[in-house]
Amino acid sequence: MPSDLKPVDAAKDRRKIKSVRRMKEIMTAYYIDAKTASDTGKKVAWITSGGPVEPLIAMDVIPVYPENHGAMIGAAKMGVDLCEKAEAMGYASDLCAYARADIACATEDGGPIGGLPRPDMLICCNNICGTVLKWYEVQARYFGVPLFILDTPFTHTEYSPAANQYVRAQLVEYLSFLETHCGKAFDRDRLTEVGRLSVAGQKLWQAVLHTTTHRPAPMSAFDAFFHLALIVTLRGTQTVVDYYTELLAEMETRVAEGISAVPEERFRLLWDNLPVWYRTRWLAEKFAGHGACLVADTYTSSWCGAMPYLDESDFLGSMAEAYSRIYINLGTDLMADMVVEMVSTYRADGLVIHSNRSCKPYSLGQYDIQRIVQERCGIPSLMIEADMTDARNFSESQIETRIDAFMEMLATGCSPRSRPFP
Amino acid sequence: MISVGIDVGSISAKAAAMEDGRLLGSRVLLTGYNAGKAGRAVFEALLAAVGIAADRVGPIVATGYGRNSVDVAHKAVTEITCHAAGAQFQNPAVRCVIDIGGQDSKAIALDGGGRIKDFAMNDKCAAGTGRFLEVMARALEVDLDAFGDLSLAADQPAAISSLCTVFAESEVISLIAKGERRENIIAGIHRSIGARVVAMAKRVGLADPLMMTGGVAMNIGVVKALEEKAGLPVQVSPYAQVNGAIGAALIGAGMG
Repeated sequence: MPSDLKPVDAAKDRRKIKSVRRMKEIMTAYYIDAKTASDTGKKVAWITSGGPVEPLIAMDVIPVYPENHGAMIGAAKMGVDLCEKAEAMGYASDLCAYARADIACATEDGGPIGGLPRPDMLICCNNICGTVLKWYEVQARYFGVPLFILDTPFTHTEYSPAANQYVRAQLVEYLSFLETHCGKAFDRDRLTEVGRLSVAGQKLWQAVLHTTTHRPAPMSAFDAFFHLALIVTLRGTQTVVDYYTELLAEMETRVAEGISAVPEERFRLLWDNLPVWYRTRWLAEKFAGHGACLVADTYTSSWCGAMPYLDESDFLGSMAEAYSRIYINLGTDLMADMVVEMVSTYRADGLVIHSNRSCKPYSLGQYDIQRIVQERCGIPSLMIEADMTDARNFSESQIETRIDAFMEMLATGCSPRSRPFP
Repeated sequence: MISVGIDVGSISAKAAAMEDGRLLGSRVLLTGYNAGKAGRAVFEALLAAVGIAADRVGPIVATGYGRNSVDVAHKAVTEITCHAAGAQFQNPAVRCVIDIGGQDSKAIALDGGGRIKDFAMNDKCAAGTGRFLEVMARALEVDLDAFGDLSLAADQPAAISSLCTVFAESEVISLIAKGERRENIIAGIHRSIGARVVAMAKRVGLADPLMMTGGVAMNIGVVKALEEKAGLPVQVSPYAQVNGAIGAALIGAGMG
């Protein structure tokens, strides 16, 4: 049958999120802008996903994210090839797959978009992991460009005044680093404006994620994994504010019209850790097949989780605390507190934990979080062992059995919350 | 009503027929390369063994890794749910089930109401599974069926510390080269499996009565190693290997 004669699945079509198209346009324009920066005279900075991007925006530097690129490489199923190339260069297979993919990709301009634009400088913030330090040092040597390292002490139990002073001092150095390498004075008023847009963007992102507190949820974590790209890459721009305003309106309409992400939402689950980029569709369909919607996740909510510490009227001053207290830079007890709160906010029936071979700081402590959530919320959890970008660490039949068994367990009423809707 | 459970695992395919809560019979065959074929073959072998015609069989439930490839089945249910149902049928008081199959091991915690509270499965590595024992048997040139009895004759179990099957095999080979007694090596292998599986079971809640199911339960050495590590008696039913198939048949009959 010719494809244009295929019957239209009206219900499926209705469930499609319309803003996806706009998002793809924005991301394409962003990458074109970045890749043609040398022609347009703009500077490009590579920056870690949890790094303070606002000063770059304020200086008209285009931020580029090797981690966003790593996710794209994973989703394009090009991770294994690049990881193997990095291993042939001498990097251990235990190293983060984003790091391996990025290091290999830089040498051959490979991957789904023919490599990232050459950086003029590198900005590395270790609030997400320690691997980034060596990774960015390798790239700084490879490209022969300056590297700025922002060291954010780990928040074990509390954020100390000494830590705050230490990070604030580095932020001042960060601004002078930018002045030196951009050859112009830093405009603090502009930073205030960028900061205002950054906070506005984060608020909107949080509001978008919050729409899934509605039952049935209008979107799932799998959708959030996609729509996340903007708050990560272009935080502090009007584009982000406009886009999430649109997306929020679409989600609110879906709630009003009863359009759900999963056709028959019976179970609401919370996801922990990064997505399995090369298997998001398989996982989404697997869970949806059981009537389960992943209503929220600890990963995408990290890009609005530190908002309580941001002060719009003193953006520069409050950045130190906000960038130090992101989810992955917290001790296990603090992380568990946040997961427990999310279980309650999103009325989750179960927790799905991705033990991510690539991301050690995110995966460390997951057994404890599992136990704490079980004790405090009384909900069961499932651990899936995989990797965000290196597909060699994904075993389909083993993961399928675990998910099927977990859903059978929920369906037999193990959890008091797991009852069919309504 | 007769119901049948077909458990197609990575090494063997098992089938069991139940009628009104009574086991009519069971069959075990090697799975081979085609899970669908193995499911059908073991189903036919079961019918022949029990002496019933296919049209007398009511619900058929498939389980195990090949569960979605069994075309005669009406439904597929995971081995976790089936082993829990089978174990509870054999002892309604059971609170924890350890199932060691060909390619994975699992611990299942049960509540008093016959429901699964939690479960854990081994990670992607094969250590602590039937396949691990097969590899070791080959390295030691010992028939796997003799493993259990030989290990009971150990005077000083060897230490096998590797968590990986391939590395553990190298360890075993170096122990052989050093002239270590086979009995001690085998007992060491069982201990390493016991330690690994009990650690996993503790995550979901090790509790008495504890039952071991799956083909590896026929190895007395592993059972003893589990008892030692768990500090609890381990129950093993004569139907341990077909326990998953029994559970599947019970689920088919609406009794699981």
